[in-house]
Amino acid sequence: MNGNVIEVKNITKRYDGVAVVNGVSFSVARGEIFGLLGPNGAGKTTTILMLLGLSEISAGQARVLDHDPVREPLAVKRQVGYLPDQVGFYDNLTAAENLRYTARLMGFERAEREQKIKTSLGHVGLAEVADKHVSTFSRGMRQRLGLAEILMKEAQIAILDEPTSGLDPQATADLLNIIRDLKHRGVSVLLSSHLLERVQSVCDRVALFSQGNIALIGTVPELGRQVLGGGFRVEVEAEGQGLAERIAAIPGVQRVEPGGPNRLLLLADHDVRPEAAAAVVAAGGRLLRLSVEEPSLEAIYTRYFQTHEGELHAA
Amino acid sequence: MRREGSALHGFGVVALKEIADHFTSILVVVLVVLVTAIAIVVVYFGIDPIKQSIAEDPFLFLRLFTRSSPLPLVALLSFLVPLVAIGLGFDAVNGEHNRRTLSRILAQPIYRDALLFGKFAAGLFTLTVMLIVLWLLVIGLGLLGLGIPPNAEEMARALVLLVVTVVYAGFWFALALLCSIVFRSVATAALVSLGLWLFVTILWPVFSPVLANAVTSAGDLLGVLETQQAFARLSPAVLFNEVVAVVLDPSVRSTQQSMLAGLGLALIERGAIPDAPIPLVQSVLIVWPQIVGLVAGTILLFVAAYIVFQRQEVRA
Repeated sequence: MNGNVIEVKNITKRYDGVAVVNGVSFSVARGEIFGLLGPNGAGKTTTILMLLGLSEISAGQARVLDHDPVREPLAVKRQVGYLPDQVGFYDNLTAAENLRYTARLMGFERAEREQKIKTSLGHVGLAEVADKHVSTFSRGMRQRLGLAEILMKEAQIAILDEPTSGLDPQATADLLNIIRDLKHRGVSVLLSSHLLERVQSVCDRVALFSQGNIALIGTVPELGRQVLGGGFRVEVEAEGQGLAERIAAIPGVQRVEPGGPNRLLLLADHDVRPEAAAAVVAAGGRLLRLSVEEPSLEAIYTRYFQTHEGELHAA
Repeated sequence: MRREGSALHGFGVVALKEIADHFTSILVVVLVVLVTAIAIVVVYFGIDPIKQSIAEDPFLFLRLFTRSSPLPLVALLSFLVPLVAIGLGFDAVNGEHNRRTLSRILAQPIYRDALLFGKFAAGLFTLTVMLIVLWLLVIGLGLLGLGIPPNAEEMARALVLLVVTVVYAGFWFALALLCSIVFRSVATAALVSLGLWLFVTILWPVFSPVLANAVTSAGDLLGVLETQQAFARLSPAVLFNEVVAVVLDPSVRSTQQSMLAGLGLALIERGAIPDAPIPLVQSVLIVWPQIVGLVAGTILLFVAAYIVFQRQEVRA
């Protein structure tokens, strides 16, 4: 095994001859948070279900922890935790009873089962409501209960389908913190979402889905370079003479625009703040403010689909 | 291609959870209490007329099932047991879908087989428990009311009735399970299975003779009768009633006897003394095809449910 927990090569899913997922390839490294992003109906959930062995793969190959999800679904499902889109629980049971049922299905012994249920509920902040019926739970609490199930399973991979959709900002922040916590435990996370900005903050790498294909794949800055041509917008506010020329000479700076009195806007392919500061100081100027705006997924996404719209419709 | 691991891993867990759900479900509790209450009332009021014939009837106990008033207990069973079975099964799978628990459960290390087998076993178990309770209550009431114990032959026949009723309930549960898989909407599944139940138990007995008359030539009385019977037997309720009529009455020698008697025709058998009781084994042999038919129907419905469920997409 080469460090990748998920390897997907050209997987395709057809329903009645129509390809919903068409030749998708990607890999997820151990301990990485990988985001599948794209509009609804782009094939994200279908891809996830194929990885779990819950949906047949029409063509191509997938390996999850070196197991084939089609032939060895139990081996895959034993080590992979799944949080479906709008996860459901049995409303007539309490949070702990719901976990107890899945713990039994996982085959845990009674003693370790109770211990695991307790600790995992504690981790997601649901310890106090462990004996409350799930029918009283909010959407955010249900999502956290779903994550508790994954923690209890001690899964090596957590697959989360739209984990933050429909949550208020506070619940989203709580959830993203738990996802980061998963990463610190060495769990690889594959998550899908159509909410770009929220996902940007947790993902190491992302794949942009579009109509059953992966349009772009890489880290957010990489994609920024690829699509926006640069992507880092550095704003320098300084007093001094000939600053624009000096700053334009910094390697990596592609454009310098005046942004008002004593203000310069730089477009660069990486974060050039240290170099810009040095340049201002070297010119004997006074540095007043220095800020950077990282490429946003939103901008990458919008730009990409604007420029490729014609091609996609032609295809 | 061989699957890894046992297909039934997790079966017991699913079955236990489903049984717990059944016994705490208000719908099921209401249905069971209703059926049991009706049965008790029917038997209670039926005891007095039966008492009149204590001296001459050797199978007094069996009359508890067949001669209670205002309608026989077995007729009640053939009508109401399907209702309880459908009540247990109509939301078995689509309910999980709608609560969005299905994909989460199937992402655990079990096969779909375990889930479906577990649900079927749990439903069958619940129905069996209900029927055993009902059966014991009727016999208990009989002991109290009639004041004489049943003989071994009667107990054996009553036991056969119990087994056949469980099979009959299983048939309807399998049908409800199939509907719950085929239809995503719980309401559709409930209405379709209830519609089939009404059609088969009420409308089919009315329509099947008309259909039979239409397909056979007029004048051939026996031919028409046989076709009528063949058509009627497409209904599991008819099969159940035929089995019950023969098993609970040792003097009945043929499933056609009551029908022919109704038409004023006597059943002529060589060397047979009319109305002399026949042994239980003979009774069972007479209706063996009907029993096998009920079992086969249950298995067919379950297999259909299994195939549809295995091929179904889990995504909502």
